[in-house]
Amino acid sequence: MTDTVIRAENLGKKFIIGHQDTRDTMFREAMMRRARNFWRKGRDLVSGRLVVEGDTSEEVWALRDVNFEIKRGELVSIIGHNGAGKTTLLKILSRITEPTRGRVEIRGRVTSLLEVGTGFHPELTGRENIFLNGAILGMTRVEVRDRFEEIVDFSGVRKFIDTPVKRYSVGMYARLAFAVAAHLEAEILVIDEVLAVGDAEFQARCLDRMSEVATSGRTVLFVSHNLAAVTALTKRAIVFRSGQLTFDGPVEAALAHYSSSFSRVGERRDWGRGRQATLISAELLDERGLPTEHFMPGTPLRLHVVLETGGLRGMSLEVVLRNEYNLPVAFYSSNIFNQVPLPGEAGRYECVLTLDSYYLASGEYFFDLQTTMTNVSVDHRVDSAVHFVVDSCSPDGIPYNFKQGQGFGSQAMRLAAPIEFKPLPDSQDL
Amino acid sequence: MTTVERQSPAPTILEAGRTDRQYWVDVWRYRELFFILAWRDVSVRYKQTMLGVAWAFMRPFLTMVVFTVVFGQLAKLPPGGDVPYAVMVFAGLLPWTLFSSILGDASSSVMNNSNLISKVFFPRLLVPMATVMVALIDFAISLTILVGLMIWYAIVPGWQILLLPVFVALTLAAAIGPALWASALVVKYRDFRFVIPFVIQIGLYASPVGFSSSIVPEQWRLLYSLNPLVGIIDGFRWSIIGGASPIYWPGFLISLGAIGLMLWVGISGFRRIERDFADLV
Repeated sequence: MTDTVIRAENLGKKFIIGHQDTRDTMFREAMMRRARNFWRKGRDLVSGRLVVEGDTSEEVWALRDVNFEIKRGELVSIIGHNGAGKTTLLKILSRITEPTRGRVEIRGRVTSLLEVGTGFHPELTGRENIFLNGAILGMTRVEVRDRFEEIVDFSGVRKFIDTPVKRYSVGMYARLAFAVAAHLEAEILVIDEVLAVGDAEFQARCLDRMSEVATSGRTVLFVSHNLAAVTALTKRAIVFRSGQLTFDGPVEAALAHYSSSFSRVGERRDWGRGRQATLISAELLDERGLPTEHFMPGTPLRLHVVLETGGLRGMSLEVVLRNEYNLPVAFYSSNIFNQVPLPGEAGRYECVLTLDSYYLASGEYFFDLQTTMTNVSVDHRVDSAVHFVVDSCSPDGIPYNFKQGQGFGSQAMRLAAPIEFKPLPDSQDL
Repeated sequence: MTTVERQSPAPTILEAGRTDRQYWVDVWRYRELFFILAWRDVSVRYKQTMLGVAWAFMRPFLTMVVFTVVFGQLAKLPPGGDVPYAVMVFAGLLPWTLFSSILGDASSSVMNNSNLISKVFFPRLLVPMATVMVALIDFAISLTILVGLMIWYAIVPGWQILLLPVFVALTLAAAIGPALWASALVVKYRDFRFVIPFVIQIGLYASPVGFSSSIVPEQWRLLYSLNPLVGIIDGFRWSIIGGASPIYWPGFLISLGAIGLMLWVGISGFRRIERDFADLV
């Protein structure tokens, strides 16, 4: 049973994205630019080409020269930063989008799960949605009917099965959606980050179910930011970086390769540009003010940010702290929380955000950075802009390391006042 | 299909422009999804509207009343044969409503299902085609109004009524071509969706819905038949009212040709844009 089920050769996928030129200072220039764009769009429309918003268009290779083979029964995880090309690869394998170059040979039926609850309709009941979602994921009506009871049991929402799902809580919705997905029959199963739903108990159940699927001899491709799940479920991993395959091999070595890509100084991916304010660079500082990748719990988080503004007033600098499961831990907005907008005069600025002292559990963390306009629309967003590691977390010097992976969240709470147990008078009688 | 595939180890090959080959095989394989999508569209439609089925009765009935008053009573147009003007209008309104609701619903269907299209593979053709089923159910409801009208006016249809399904099929063929093309264009050029209601409104007056095509001067009739709805509406009237409203055959054949051409353009246009859907929505 060592035959190849997926073979990718020189696979490439190109996207075309539009950019806007620098801001216009004169009304006449703005009108000229509009007119030029209008003419270009008209020409593209007539010639049947893709119409791109913006002044100039740029080709971006989301995937480039990707080669790999996957054998029957293999469990392979695909890891990489946001935008490294993982999802594009899954979309090509599941035939949602076509490659621009190269080819893939697939033997067997691919069932892909890029999202749980795809196609769920809020007006339909849980029962109806099970059939709908099942059909969308490629199950026949008979298959769904045979597994209906199992699916309902797994979801734990039997009481509400005939209620429209718009009345469900987010948790119930996710449970039902995952329950359908968990009962898919597939020769080749392709799964994107779908475990980030539901509570810890339900996630654990999903992981169990996944390992069940994984041990039943099916071929599974698995994308996740949950590195614990990656090591638990798969033996082999493929690492992507800016659209290229940079590592293919045993999962432990792949994770080492992946983490090393964080700490490479001086080299980093292109952050792109915002329309109004652009983030240039960001790094974590230690107490001496030097760049670091390690954070000591209990000290303030000091984030050094360089950015460029176009002079629009009222913009905000925002950060989202994420843990290694890519779940948000904390949020800060300069304009919303402190009424400190970005400078109203165009230019390049630096600042240091000194944030509260957090007792972060040990493990990896990321900062997403974004600039926003009028506190609503995101202007420039950089996912995982800053990466850092908490080596150990021992609040108040306890001889114990509190870790993220333990399932108690990402922060240790500390007492604000001493704790004291006082006996209640009637407790003597018990 | 699946069993054949499992026995023969012929691999699926994915590369640029290659998906064509198995397209129609896939359409057949995903037929169950088609019915489920159609069922979803139908049940959601009647769940969301307050008036539900009543609306499906009222809309064509009120339109018929308005048209009969405006064209028959005020403009005093001849019904083209000795039938009540209301019946003549309704026989034209039936195919027109079927046509326009397919065009209207299908054109926005791909955009409305963008979450499906960016997350799951299936032949995209199924999405606009599923909306055809919704229009057909509305059509069936309207048909009962026609039956009521004919009983009211004591009109007994001739043998031609047996050919009605043929004309229904022709209406579907005429609607599906433009509908598919429009649904793909809306994905590619968002503002195209504002064009559709406008086209439908113009089409209502450009087609012989409120009047009989016999009032069109003889020398223009052939040209007028380039509008495929002309042949179809004539066919409906002939089939329902019989000899009182004869078909103009040369025009009918031209309409048939126009239908075939539009169907071909629609399907091939849809197929061409379809492969970029996931990148566009």
